[in-house]
Amino acid sequence: MKRVLPVLLALFIGTSAYAQTPGGSAIAPTPANAGESVPMADPTSGSNAATAGSAVPGSGSATNGNNQATSGSAGSDATGSAAAGSGAGSAAAAKGPPVKAWYDVLADKDIEEQGTFWMPKAVNQAADESDMMFYAVLALSVFFFLAIAIAVIYLTIKYRHRPGHKPEPSAAHNDVLEITWTVIPTIICVFLFWYGWHSYIRVVTPPNKAIEIDVLAQRWSWTFTHENGVTDSDLHIPAGVPVRLVMTSKDVLHSFYAPAMRVKQDVVPRRYTYAWFDATKPGTYRLTCAEYCGTSHAQMSCQKLDPVSGHCDRRAVVVVHKDLEEYERYLNDKITEQMNMAPVDLGKMLYDKKGCSSCHTVDGSARVGPSWKQPDWGKEIQIVGGSVKMDENYVRESILYPAKKARPGFPNSMPPFEGQLKDKELEGLIAYIKSLKQ
Amino acid sequence: MATTDAFPESLKSLPQGPVIEPDFLHVTKGWKSWAFTLDHKRIGMMYLFGILFALLLGGSFALLLRTELWAPGKTIVGPDTYNQFFTLHGAVMVFLVIIPGIPAALGNIIMPIQLGAPDVAFPRLNLASFYLWCSGATLLVLTIPFGGLDTGWTLYTPYSLETHTAVMVATSGVFLLGFSSIFTGLNFLVTIHKFRPQGMGWFQLPLNIWAIYGTAIMQVLATPVLGITVLLLTVERFGHIGIFDPTMGGDPVLFQHFFWFYSHPAVYIMIIPGMGVVSELISTYARKPIFGYRFVAYSSLSLALLSFLVWGHHMFVSGQSRLANMVFSALTFTVGIPSAIKVFNWVATLYKGDIRLKTGMLYGLSFLLLFTIGGLTGLFLGILSVDVHLHDTYFVVAHFHYVMMGSTLVAFLGALHHWWPKFTGRMYNEPLGQMCAIGVFVGFNTTFLPQFVMGARGMPRRYWDYDPQYQVFHQISTIGAFILGISIFITVCYLMASFWTGKKAPRNPWGGSSLEWQAPTPPTLYNFEKPPIVHELYNYDDLVEVEEDRWERISDAPENQGAVPVASGGKEHH
Repeated sequence: MKRVLPVLLALFIGTSAYAQTPGGSAIAPTPANAGESVPMADPTSGSNAATAGSAVPGSGSATNGNNQATSGSAGSDATGSAAAGSGAGSAAAAKGPPVKAWYDVLADKDIEEQGTFWMPKAVNQAADESDMMFYAVLALSVFFFLAIAIAVIYLTIKYRHRPGHKPEPSAAHNDVLEITWTVIPTIICVFLFWYGWHSYIRVVTPPNKAIEIDVLAQRWSWTFTHENGVTDSDLHIPAGVPVRLVMTSKDVLHSFYAPAMRVKQDVVPRRYTYAWFDATKPGTYRLTCAEYCGTSHAQMSCQKLDPVSGHCDRRAVVVVHKDLEEYERYLNDKITEQMNMAPVDLGKMLYDKKGCSSCHTVDGSARVGPSWKQPDWGKEIQIVGGSVKMDENYVRESILYPAKKARPGFPNSMPPFEGQLKDKELEGLIAYIKSLKQ
Repeated sequence: MATTDAFPESLKSLPQGPVIEPDFLHVTKGWKSWAFTLDHKRIGMMYLFGILFALLLGGSFALLLRTELWAPGKTIVGPDTYNQFFTLHGAVMVFLVIIPGIPAALGNIIMPIQLGAPDVAFPRLNLASFYLWCSGATLLVLTIPFGGLDTGWTLYTPYSLETHTAVMVATSGVFLLGFSSIFTGLNFLVTIHKFRPQGMGWFQLPLNIWAIYGTAIMQVLATPVLGITVLLLTVERFGHIGIFDPTMGGDPVLFQHFFWFYSHPAVYIMIIPGMGVVSELISTYARKPIFGYRFVAYSSLSLALLSFLVWGHHMFVSGQSRLANMVFSALTFTVGIPSAIKVFNWVATLYKGDIRLKTGMLYGLSFLLLFTIGGLTGLFLGILSVDVHLHDTYFVVAHFHYVMMGSTLVAFLGALHHWWPKFTGRMYNEPLGQMCAIGVFVGFNTTFLPQFVMGARGMPRRYWDYDPQYQVFHQISTIGAFILGISIFITVCYLMASFWTGKKAPRNPWGGSSLEWQAPTPPTLYNFEKPPIVHELYNYDDLVEVEEDRWERISDAPENQGAVPVASGGKEHH
């Protein structure tokens, strides 16, 4: 017992910092309070300048054909100005990715989940009660398990067979004892059920006033559509304001699971399911798919895939902004970005955000689908049952109706994107694919 | 050499001495005498070898997928292959190993003898059930060359309607396996009702038979639903009739209802026979009547009935209505009560016993501890609000492995060791058996305890790639899986080796009180040389004696120093 108690105490009280996900960006670590020290975050004009900064040189280079390098220089320009403003983040320039908007910097931040040995700390106001239930049942289970294990070990040692030892007669049953150990578990179960039900109703019933966000799940990405039409593959929400998700799936079952929010709800095609939460603490939290959905089930909306191991370094996240204002600033800046982006940059962003990268590479190697780097641009290519010229029309058709002219040797599993992409976005994707040819 | 030992009077009424008739293994020869046999023991033996083979196959998939999870990203295979590994691991283990493991293999061999019957009620149906199992198993294994299977063993729609893997082959296999299970259940129900000998009343039945009875009820009532479900899935995939396919107005969640309406009872089809076996093991090796026999017997039946009412707890976050969630949560907790009763009764059985830590008992005690963990962690998942967080995470994976593997498979291994001498006529290597039993216990806990922590921290199941924070837990788990795998592999090896190297087994090596220990070792074709004597159940005081006690008693008596007793048929181990 002397050894067990400290361990138990450690399990309950001891807190542990969770191992950090290696963040995608090389931005210097920033405190949880978003607005203050993230580069370009303080003045609204600053962030606008950043979007413009990445947009202008980007558009100039769209025809250049060497997008990587141009974006890189664009990135360094913008970051340079940002660094001048905030004094941080200049390391990002050397690697050459286009500069990130402030909200994407937030999304790229390391996951900050503190908690006990058992669970990350809940940041959903409605989850406190269910967490209490977890620890209560944990204590109850540990108690019963130890009681039973100690009884088994004690009895086994005490009554073990040894020379001369004989079983002693004892009652084959005892009604009082047996009724006792029927009634006690019954009472415990009734309590557990009741409190579980009670806290469940709290977890699933949203207040009347909540921000509504549409969620579309598909293989293998999330799309969050906000009230003003902004779409993103990370979920941005304000702290301290209830958020209600209206979810549906494009293809198979998925499940929206944000562990720190203690929220999980299956997402079903052709039906709406709902989830809500009221985040208490600004930060960046994990967002995963909990219902098996095929090849990249583990990597929904992956935005940074390690080409060697296939490990996803940066998954979809929930970004909790510090307040409603900050969230609105995100909505405004994001919509501006989406309107003003150069086609190639827009295409590149969509490639990361729409989950294209789960199946298509940009380096010529095949994954689930063909690579987007197509040296055959403008030439006839093989399709199932014939051939077709690889051009803008073919790419457009293959995005909207992938099954129509499928390439041989690849599974016909891409969802049709008809009705999901604005014309501008389609143009962006085509421009990006074109920019990859050599 | 007459029976020189001073026998207690009551023991003399039991059959002793050499058996003249050939045993069932030698009564006829040639492959046809096995392929067309109607003998329940031979059918059971064939089942057993099939199941052990499937166990090694399913286990290999488990080790492969645990190896893949050693590091985030790709370790040995890509995501598609990984998805096939966990699907085939689940499907093989559930449909080919755990469901038929205790009832169809060991139940077939032991249950009729334990009942005091010459055979099961429908021997031909029994053989048909075995061949259906073989066909189903073949089809399931054939999914590998036909494109694999990547739906998870749950075959959830609409994914299973769209995937390009061999779903139809698998569903045909599952359909046949379902019939195999129904036939076995039906056969056992009739056998237990009609083939009890004189004096064998319902409350003289060993708890193992009560458990098999409860299981058989579920097999007969629940499995047809599985058959219909996979049939509908096949028709939907093939003919697009719009039952489950949402694009045609079907309801994918309906599939989950159908599936779990079978598969939840199936969980109890898996665990209740384990509970029956463990009641026998604990009682026999503790030399004590099982405490509260009627409570344990009734709790088997009540579990069987309640198991039909709780399927919805697999669907708490599926979009099912809150009212349904409430009702299913409440009903789920009722299952906890009979389970708790059983555990307390088993523990109480140890009190004032004379506990022999043979391999069978080590597995029995492992079961007790592992089932307790499995049951207690079930409480977390029954609580609606906590389940929302834990659903579909590694917490669930760990929980059901504690129940299905930690309990059922451990009970299966215990039962295998307990009855191995009876039906093979050979003793296995006891020290090796004890070592492997401990290896299984240690390996199992090393594998699955870390998974509870991972799950609570939010690691979803069926993930090929994961967040680096979980890596250390995955690595501990993988190491445990290998300890477990090696222990089970050695177990299978020394059991097989016992056919050639094992000592000849006596009639009643463990001093069991149920009727199978009165039968010759191995039993003759119709099990008994003369009708068995039904005596007081679980009475070890003066009716039965542990073989090694017999040796002690005989060798202690001065006039018998060096005597070779007759009943054992050979030199005894010490």
